[in-house]
Amino acid sequence: MTSTSENKANSSQGEAGEVERWASLIGGGALVLMGLRQGSLRGVLTALAGGGLLYQGATKQSTIQQAQEAMGINKPIKVEKTVTINKPADELYRFWHNFENLPTFMKHLKFVKVYNEKRSHWIANAPLGNNVEWDADILEDRENEFISWASVEGADVDNSGFVRFQKAPGDRGTEVKVVLEYNLPGGALAAAVAKIFGEEPEQQIGDDLRRFKMLMEAGEIATTEGQPTGRR
Amino acid sequence: MKAVCWQSANEVRVETVPDPKILNPRDAIIKITSTAICGSDLHIYGGYIPTVQQGDIIGHEFMGEVVEVGRGLDNLKVGDRVVVPSTIGCGRCNYCQSDMWSLCDNSNPKGWMQEKLYGNITSAIYGYSHLLGGYAGAQAEYIRVPFADVGVVKVPSEIPDDKLLFISDAIPTGYMGAELCDIQPGDTVAVWGCGAVGQFAMISAYMMGAEKVIAIDRFPERLAMAKKYAKAEVINYEEVNTGEALKEMTGGRGPDACIDAVGLEAHGVGLEDFYDQTKQKLRLETDRPHVLREMMVACRKGGTLSIMGVYGGFVDKIPLGAAFNKGLTFRMGQMHGQKYMHLLLQLILEDKLDPSFVVTHELPLEEAPHGYHIFQQKKDNCVKVVLKP
Repeated sequence: MTSTSENKANSSQGEAGEVERWASLIGGGALVLMGLRQGSLRGVLTALAGGGLLYQGATKQSTIQQAQEAMGINKPIKVEKTVTINKPADELYRFWHNFENLPTFMKHLKFVKVYNEKRSHWIANAPLGNNVEWDADILEDRENEFISWASVEGADVDNSGFVRFQKAPGDRGTEVKVVLEYNLPGGALAAAVAKIFGEEPEQQIGDDLRRFKMLMEAGEIATTEGQPTGRR
Repeated sequence: MKAVCWQSANEVRVETVPDPKILNPRDAIIKITSTAICGSDLHIYGGYIPTVQQGDIIGHEFMGEVVEVGRGLDNLKVGDRVVVPSTIGCGRCNYCQSDMWSLCDNSNPKGWMQEKLYGNITSAIYGYSHLLGGYAGAQAEYIRVPFADVGVVKVPSEIPDDKLLFISDAIPTGYMGAELCDIQPGDTVAVWGCGAVGQFAMISAYMMGAEKVIAIDRFPERLAMAKKYAKAEVINYEEVNTGEALKEMTGGRGPDACIDAVGLEAHGVGLEDFYDQTKQKLRLETDRPHVLREMMVACRKGGTLSIMGVYGGFVDKIPLGAAFNKGLTFRMGQMHGQKYMHLLLQLILEDKLDPSFVVTHELPLEEAPHGYHIFQQKKDNCVKVVLKP
């Protein structure tokens, strides 16, 4: 899917068709940047989780995004990355499913507290020692396969994401795909959040996933921080 | 502790730096008893490897004694005498488990740089630039060894360092160079470069069934070493045309396999050498591919090129037409030391291999700058410098 404007211009019937296709694609394993490029990830994830909300969720842009566009603020930060890990899917799924584990390898996260099966509280590092916080709900949870989540109303930063675990061909382990989207709230906070991800958010999530892989495969995260040097 | 720290092109200094610490559960700290200057360290010394920074501790060929172990290690203990491979492998990823240790997924904490340049991430190497992980190197009194529960080889105490040290890098590199040639009985193998790796490649080629080995270099003392220890026929490329000489020595066919034990600082002769030297100096080309070009033209039809000399980036003017039309096979890579070390140790213990002949200089660590200088300039018949911390 290359052209977003074309999709948006489609008739409503066409859009519904697309949604079904995403749904089947997700179900079948391959995913779906089409959704991301077309509207918000949250919309697609909500649609998939909500069944009946399918049409609306995927075709309506989020109000936040509409507001952003009206104010001329940057586009949301959207990233996707896949890594193959030499471990069975159930082991990786279990580790990830406890969101409190995420800050051990996701550098921008400071702390995650799981309240219950559905809701969790997230704190991310922002520049100058500031934090941004939000509550998130799990939208869809398929054991050993797929977890999606999104922030709830009142979040400092509206965001959503999913992780998919899929058996790699042969004995190569599990392909882990992550898609994240952060909608920038505007003003100084928008700049701060953009800074969390640096200039290359793809690289940051790539590094995060590499650390996840190291932790799962090698049992530790390779580092050189704290080693001697003759630098002056 | 004292450590050899890179300063700038052609300058290293021995500095006092903090001692290494255990940083991860699978780490060990090794007190180094012997560490060598590898030919590929000369690429760093000369400033040809990108992402080496002022103050970096360099060196990757070493052995010593375990002085501290992380809580995740149960097969190493303080006092063990060990040889450590120069490439760092986690032992748990798909590549390590397929014995392709230098392609390890998990040992390089700065992989994003490689991913951009090479498309994938390879293993880290001690003291070999930030592109290759940025780990502190081995030309020091102590070193931190990550993933020390895998790859590291315990060695008996009664064998001297000089016989064991090169299991760390030079012998497995040479051995792998020969193995990649898929040598058949009766084959002729030509080896470019008669440093330590070249010598061990020649010896390994005979072990694998080669009938004739031809050594190519320009320094008489190295060629003499190849003749004496590796039983090679020799070509001094400053005296004769290598391509013509190889044809004559192989009945007009060309060698069945060609091993590059030189790498990115190859010297050639005449205009072509001038072209590469100039382009490299102007940073229009990162590597000098003279040996590669020569091998592609010299090799017999359907033969194999085995590339062990280190290459870093981009090369120009490669005669791909020759390689394609002659149906050549290219095999290459950083060595998978952990795959070969136990076998090589066994050969040494059984007295079937004594690698100590390559050592021409033994110096205290403090004299590392002198060691680099004479090794690079090939002064004083220098083939291999071993530093004693």
